[in-house]
Amino acid sequence: MSKFYGVCLLTLLGFFGLSLLDVNEYIFYAGFIVLQFVVLATAWNILGGYAGYVNFGVPAFLAVGAYSAVVLFKWLAAPLLVQILCGGVLAGLLGLAVGLLTLKLRGIFFSIATVAVVFIMETAVNNWPYVGGASGLQLTRPSVIFVFQNYNRMLFFVMAVLAVASVAIARYIQTSFLGRGLRAVRDSEEAAECSGVPTLKIKLMACTISGALMGVAGAPMPMYMSYIEPTSTFNLSYSISALGMPIIGGTAHWLGPLIGAVLLGSLQQVVSVTVSNELNVLVVGVILVLFVVLAPEGILGLIKKWTRSSK
Amino acid sequence: MFSIDLLFEATLFGILLGCFYAAVSLGLSVAFGLLDVPYVAHPALLVFGSYCTYMLSGLGIDPIVCGVLLMPPFFLLGMLIYRFYYETFEKRGTDAGIRGLAFFFGLAFIIEVCLILVFGVDQRTVRASYIGNSLEILDYRFPYRMLVAFGVAVVLTFALTQYFSKTFNGRAIKAVGQDEGALRLMGANPVKIKQLAFGIATAVNALSGAMLIIVGPVEPAMDRIYIGRTFCVVVLAGLGSMSGTLVAGLLLGVAESIVLMTLGASWAPAVSFGLLLLILGLKPQGLFGR
Repeated sequence: MSKFYGVCLLTLLGFFGLSLLDVNEYIFYAGFIVLQFVVLATAWNILGGYAGYVNFGVPAFLAVGAYSAVVLFKWLAAPLLVQILCGGVLAGLLGLAVGLLTLKLRGIFFSIATVAVVFIMETAVNNWPYVGGASGLQLTRPSVIFVFQNYNRMLFFVMAVLAVASVAIARYIQTSFLGRGLRAVRDSEEAAECSGVPTLKIKLMACTISGALMGVAGAPMPMYMSYIEPTSTFNLSYSISALGMPIIGGTAHWLGPLIGAVLLGSLQQVVSVTVSNELNVLVVGVILVLFVVLAPEGILGLIKKWTRSSK
Repeated sequence: MFSIDLLFEATLFGILLGCFYAAVSLGLSVAFGLLDVPYVAHPALLVFGSYCTYMLSGLGIDPIVCGVLLMPPFFLLGMLIYRFYYETFEKRGTDAGIRGLAFFFGLAFIIEVCLILVFGVDQRTVRASYIGNSLEILDYRFPYRMLVAFGVAVVLTFALTQYFSKTFNGRAIKAVGQDEGALRLMGANPVKIKQLAFGIATAVNALSGAMLIIVGPVEPAMDRIYIGRTFCVVVLAGLGSMSGTLVAGLLLGVAESIVLMTLGASWAPAVSFGLLLLILGLKPQGLFGR
């Protein structure tokens, strides 16, 4: 077992220990959201960072996960694990469908199409009474399984597992043929195609994996809030965070989205508690624009520059 | 539920609405269609224009006059935005795509949140003699506010079409989208021409913003739905075609109005986005594309 997987295992053990400790419950409440952003940012980066296709439709994939979990729970009272798996599969299929429709076109058309998917799905959910329509649906949590004190702590640990898994997947993709192919696509699509890279195929694979991971991140959400409602679920501010975090952290490496999500996610929690929710979107927007203009390589790029010049 | 009469009425209303949609998309048609800049902040600036109109009309000025008064400052703002975009992204070349998109998306959010922080999330309206009354011809009612928007839209489209086909600068703007190198050989500066075009696109947005608040109440998050409407119109038209923009706007207007009258208002937001996906899937070069 390599060093990386050892660190992963240790991190998970750490999170597990934390969720058993007698600490303030707010840690789990806020931690869930930060970890969810780790999954979202990492997932976004698989397509956006490696291949350069900007997904504006993050809430659509998140909502596929969330609403399939709601349907499964209401219909079959399915356990959380089944909800997460189904949410991931369906969101992956959505990624494949959107990819098939627009990944042959230029990048901007893909971006606009993903926004379209968000609004079409929001409209559909608004008109679907089974999942509560526009007014939302209250859910009763099942009893806690395993050793956890309460449901929030369990969800926190589940999200930690998902976060570690998605970072491991992103790292694996980066070093595999898929990552090399995607980087070739980003640098020059024509050149990649001419050198025998099956560009459409690997773009579709990346889009599917990225979508599935976003769906997985969304599936525990209804249980976390015990409530689901379209306006907040389909909110485009998920997009600005999920694309801002990797760009701020650095899109070239799997560490970038992780750093971005942990720093920005925590900052957002602080801002929304101390000031307001609107301001936390503004904070991400301003930092994103500053980084895009002044430090296009993100925090990782800054560190690299700094270590190189100090040598 | 469905009758010929209702369909006729929906079509009439759709034509008025469609001209309005064409007008709000004209700026994007220039910036994205002709210049190929991923200008996703366009709808946010449109709503910003509406709020500027709201503030000016508080002084007792007619909203359309406000829109015209706002055109010069918006022209300068547009030139500034393009200059900035050029210096930071286009000039440096590679990877401009993803960073340009992220930049404009971030800018759109900054504008939206600033509007929320200053004006709150409440809807805002303006007052004018033609808002609230309707013209009645043979049992059909045409709200004056829609007729005003219709008139301004037709004038704007006509003026821009003429400008792009008759004047030197207008032709140069069309040319810069086709072949920048060739334009440079003809002795024109492509950056200056693009800057001018962006200024025009944003100035048009000021007047469109005034119409947006004449047609109905405005709220800061409204730019999100207009991402769908404006991009739908521009892509359906075929990138950069002004007269195509009018036709595409009419198509969207009629489609939305029919859905509004048959399925109800809760389905209306999906029309523009659905149509957009449909075109991207079937005919991405648009109806009048090169």
